[in-house]
Amino acid sequence: MTDKSHDPNQMTGAAMIVRALIDHGVTDIFGYPGGAVLPIYDEIFQQSEVQHILVRHEQGAGHAAEGYARSTGKPGVALVTSGPGATNMVTPLTDALMDSIPLVCISGQVPTHLIGNDAFQECDTVGITRPCTKHNWLVRDVNDLAKVLHEAFYVATTGRPGPVLVDVPKDVQFATGTYHPPRKSDVHRSYAPRVKGDATQIRKAVSLLANAKRPVIYSGGGVINSGPEATKLLRELVEVTGFPITSTLMGLGAYPASGKNWLGMLGMHGTYEANMTMHDCDVMLCVGARFDDRITGRVDAFSPGSKKIHIDIDPSSINKNIRVDVPIIGDCGNILGDILQVFKAESKKPDIKAWWQQIAQWRARNSLYYRKSNDVILPQHAIQSLFEATRGRDTYITTEVGQHQMWAAQFYGFEEPHRWMTSGGLGTMGYGLPAAVGVQVAHPDSLVIDIAGDASVQMTIQEMSTAVQYELPIKIFILNNQYMGMVRQWQQLLHGNRLSHSYSEALPDFVKLAEAYGGVGIQVHKPSDLDGAIQEMISVKRPVLFDCRVAALENCFPMIPSGKAHNEMLLPEQANDEATAKAFAGGKALV
Amino acid sequence: MNQPASAYFIEDRHDPNETHTLSVLVQNEPGVLARVIGLFSGRGYNIESLTVSETEAQKHLSRITIVTTGTPMVIEQIKHQLDRMIPVYRVVDMTQTKRSIERELAMVKVRGQGEHRVEALRLADAFRARVIDATTESFVFEITGNTDKINQYIDLMRPLGLVEVSRTGVAAIGRGPEGM
Ligand SMILES: Cc1ncc(C[n+]2csc(CCOP(=O)(O)OP(=O)(O)O)c2C)c(N)n1
Ligand SMILES: [Mg+2]
Repeated sequence: MTDKSHDPNQMTGAAMIVRALIDHGVTDIFGYPGGAVLPIYDEIFQQSEVQHILVRHEQGAGHAAEGYARSTGKPGVALVTSGPGATNMVTPLTDALMDSIPLVCISGQVPTHLIGNDAFQECDTVGITRPCTKHNWLVRDVNDLAKVLHEAFYVATTGRPGPVLVDVPKDVQFATGTYHPPRKSDVHRSYAPRVKGDATQIRKAVSLLANAKRPVIYSGGGVINSGPEATKLLRELVEVTGFPITSTLMGLGAYPASGKNWLGMLGMHGTYEANMTMHDCDVMLCVGARFDDRITGRVDAFSPGSKKIHIDIDPSSINKNIRVDVPIIGDCGNILGDILQVFKAESKKPDIKAWWQQIAQWRARNSLYYRKSNDVILPQHAIQSLFEATRGRDTYITTEVGQHQMWAAQFYGFEEPHRWMTSGGLGTMGYGLPAAVGVQVAHPDSLVIDIAGDASVQMTIQEMSTAVQYELPIKIFILNNQYMGMVRQWQQLLHGNRLSHSYSEALPDFVKLAEAYGGVGIQVHKPSDLDGAIQEMISVKRPVLFDCRVAALENCFPMIPSGKAHNEMLLPEQANDEATAKAFAGGKALV
Repeated sequence: MNQPASAYFIEDRHDPNETHTLSVLVQNEPGVLARVIGLFSGRGYNIESLTVSETEAQKHLSRITIVTTGTPMVIEQIKHQLDRMIPVYRVVDMTQTKRSIERELAMVKVRGQGEHRVEALRLADAFRARVIDATTESFVFEITGNTDKINQYIDLMRPLGLVEVSRTGVAAIGRGPEGM
């Protein structure tokens, strides 16, 4: 028998959790204490390798961890107590699942002997979070804990990344057992994501690309998730082929907005040229995107004349919404590398001059046009001013959900990946402020701005307090239109202008609110004051709530209307009452 | 009816539905069945029949057999969605292999007297169903076979005093020497 008391790997479950975090290179976690995680908090108190950021609501911890993850490429970690702590995590877990964000959530649970007894703050955490995690575990034996924690990190960060949850009953946190550092055998033998693309499929893809007359590259968040190499290769592919490129909301920044082949974002509020290029192309290369309904519009009229190549690490994304001709399963970094290699060896730049001329005509429609005003700040203009003022700086942008989010995507030019954090799949209002907290924790010296709406920002405004406590100088740039603008826009377009509950009544005084939290409040009304106020916001080294009063009734265009195809976009200059009524004629099902 | 508008359009898929039997080899761990069932309910897939049992105790392997219906595109989705679950080792579409044997077992209770009793016994014999319980006014038959055969048998028992049926659901295995 060995003397276990001197074995450094003998420790409590709570100590194992902190130890595993350290072993996985985690330096910051976001959490909120409670009865079922007190042993873990006690361990956190007695060490200094892992910094714990105390949020004000568990949802904030989840989104902060998401922001942290997306801006670093590392997994985000959240720690919450049982019952309400865990249920408050459901939104961020779902958000991370939809947007493929690596997140590790550790939740406390009531002691094992009380599970099933309706104990105080008991809930079926693994049951509740099963459909909103990539995988989850309830650990009943302290000797399983190390293996599960290591597996959790592995599952969250490999293949298609996603959120995982480890539920640890309080008695398991107290119990002593054997810890081991991460090792290969910690992972389910049944989990083996494919990373290398099939060579035959890659050849087929290259042959399509090389013979394309009207090609387009449509890239998504998968390129960013894959890492810097994938971004580099994507840019090289665009260079080598000379093809036009568009991207989903999630993929912005993989190809620079200033790049000459950039068409702008595609989809419901994408540019006319991006959507028309998608519709009329003869070869489409989809890289790390999933043909989401916001992208395709009407599926039976989606890019009818094209051969489609689809690169995705998740086989279930293939042929889910749109039938493709050449699926390639694997990591897009790997596959882009292979495609480039074959292309460079066998093909030369296809001549697509005519295609570019056609695209230039679509571009000339100037689909992001809006009418400026000297009296009132147009929201599009506010984003453009913000972009100009922060250009060349080390800036990260997060958003809430609504019109402001779409304007940010349209008018803020992203040059690099990992700089843009937005809730795409779930569309979670309240994402941006805590996400900014997480980004700022990861990048203390960078400029971190949450482009917010007046309604969304109130959903997680309490995290201002977190920002103040940890001296995180995040900037909350509110496009305050005093409406739930996106809801109102739909009510105008689809519900006979009956603005049911979409007016932001009784808005707080955001300047006073900022001051009440110990932050800085700035308000502007006049276009002529905007640039100065933005400069002031940037120069303040404290959290700022920036109340930018904008034109209340501005709507977000261009837009693919109800049941319409990419080539039936409604452009801003056509969006008079009559054309709008016609484009949206009918009823109002769906979302 | 007025076609409601929306921001996007749901395609009316006119592909015909197909019935497929899937064999799924999984790690036998807590919650694994809930994951599989949750996938089907959460994504709106059909389950016609589901059986599950541990098949290799030392390796903690269970085999789940699912009979499901859907368009070819949906069936393809179901297989991929199952396959990407962490504790799932393999998913085999037994229908697609066209080399599988499917069986289920049913226990069928019939109550009756006189001519009906005699007829029930005669049909049981024809279907190779065994009597596993009997009283002066009832029988319980045990029958194995593929789903069609069992459906047919139950239909025949209905006018003869069918009381209730308990079925195991479909188990499937491939022909030939190889395992899945
Ligand atoms: C948590 C949540 N609840 C409801 C919605 C539905 N929704 C989408 S946009 C929106 C309005 C957002 O208003 P605001 O934040 O002011 O942004 P704006 O559209 O005015 O720019 C609502 C309610 C949502 N996306 N998220
Ligand atoms: Mg608003």
